Amino acid sequence: MRTGTRFVVAIAAASLGALTWAAVEPLHTSSREHIFVIPKGTWARRMAGRKVEILPDHIHLTLGLRDVLVLRNHDDLPQIFGPTLMMPGQSFTLPFDRPAEYQFACTAHASGQMTIVVDPYPGTPVARVMWRARTLLRAL
Amino acid sequence: MMTRGLRKLLLGTVLSAAIAVAAASASGFKAGVFDPPRAAPDFTLEGSNGQPLQLSHYHGKVVMLAFGYSHCLSVCPITLHTFAQALRQMGAGAADVQVLYVTVDPQRDTPVKLKEFVGSFDPRILGATGTEKQLALVRKDYGVTATRIPDGNSYMYDHSSSIYLIDRAGRIRALMPYGHPPEDFVNDLHILLRE
Repeated sequence: MRTGTRFVVAIAAASLGALTWAAVEPLHTSSREHIFVIPKGTWARRMAGRKVEILPDHIHLTLGLRDVLVLRNHDDLPQIFGPTLMMPGQSFTLPFDRPAEYQFACTAHASGQMTIVVDPYPGTPVARVMWRARTLLRAL
Repeated sequence: MMTRGLRKLLLGTVLSAAIAVAAASASGFKAGVFDPPRAAPDFTLEGSNGQPLQLSHYHGKVVMLAFGYSHCLSVCPITLHTFAQALRQMGAGAADVQVLYVTVDPQRDTPVKLKEFVGSFDPRILGATGTEKQLALVRKDYGVTATRIPDGNSYMYDHSSSIYLIDRAGRIRALMPYGHPPEDFVNDLHILLRE
């Protein structure tokens, strides 16, 4: 077998192995919580005219893996954060147990809205592969 | 015969699902929970029963506090219908629960109009109205938004749709996003009532 052919076969075998692993290996995450924090000094930075974006317009969660949204206000002043008003030092923990798209009015966003997309638990091999691929892409 | 690998895979899947279910029910609440809870800002408005409506008057009861308006075509009817179903499911326990529905549209929502509107879902639900200024202050205290949007010759509101759950001590304990079924409210009300 030529070197080039061997290389292609090796790449194909490695890809197939990775795909098989991604399909069969049970999914797990270190924590179910997706945490967002308003850091100290955020209000002051906003008042100084600086753009501070903490929450994205869209947040993606997955049932059974990462399905708890946690918001924490570490600033010294109350803040509208996502769907709620939070006092200094306060946290808000919102669990999700149904796959759906949730819309929240949020003045922190230019659109005035925040969307939380909760995907179902990826229970099939194809869903596991897709979940791993999406997670990898988002991390990149 | 099941191979060892397949058995391990199935066991892993079952364990993951079990852990998922256990973690989801760990706090018990279906709504989002505040930690630490803060005192619910008090307010006095005009009740749909023709009496002044003061929030602190309901200390000792669990309060579900929602914001909306009677001309709302989408969110409010569903929310109020959910409240009515939850109250019915609570049975006798509903005596310790008060639903308050504060309008964002004082121009059209008079006490009489509110009584007719909320009463059509459940007569135990109380509506509240006030001046623009009073209502704006209440919304600010609760972080509630309400944006008036022209709609032909009329107008509508884009408003916050989440529901505050206030415990017997008058503290904001949780916030239920729009769209949860009555069973979720009943679940959380039972938790708060047991305390």
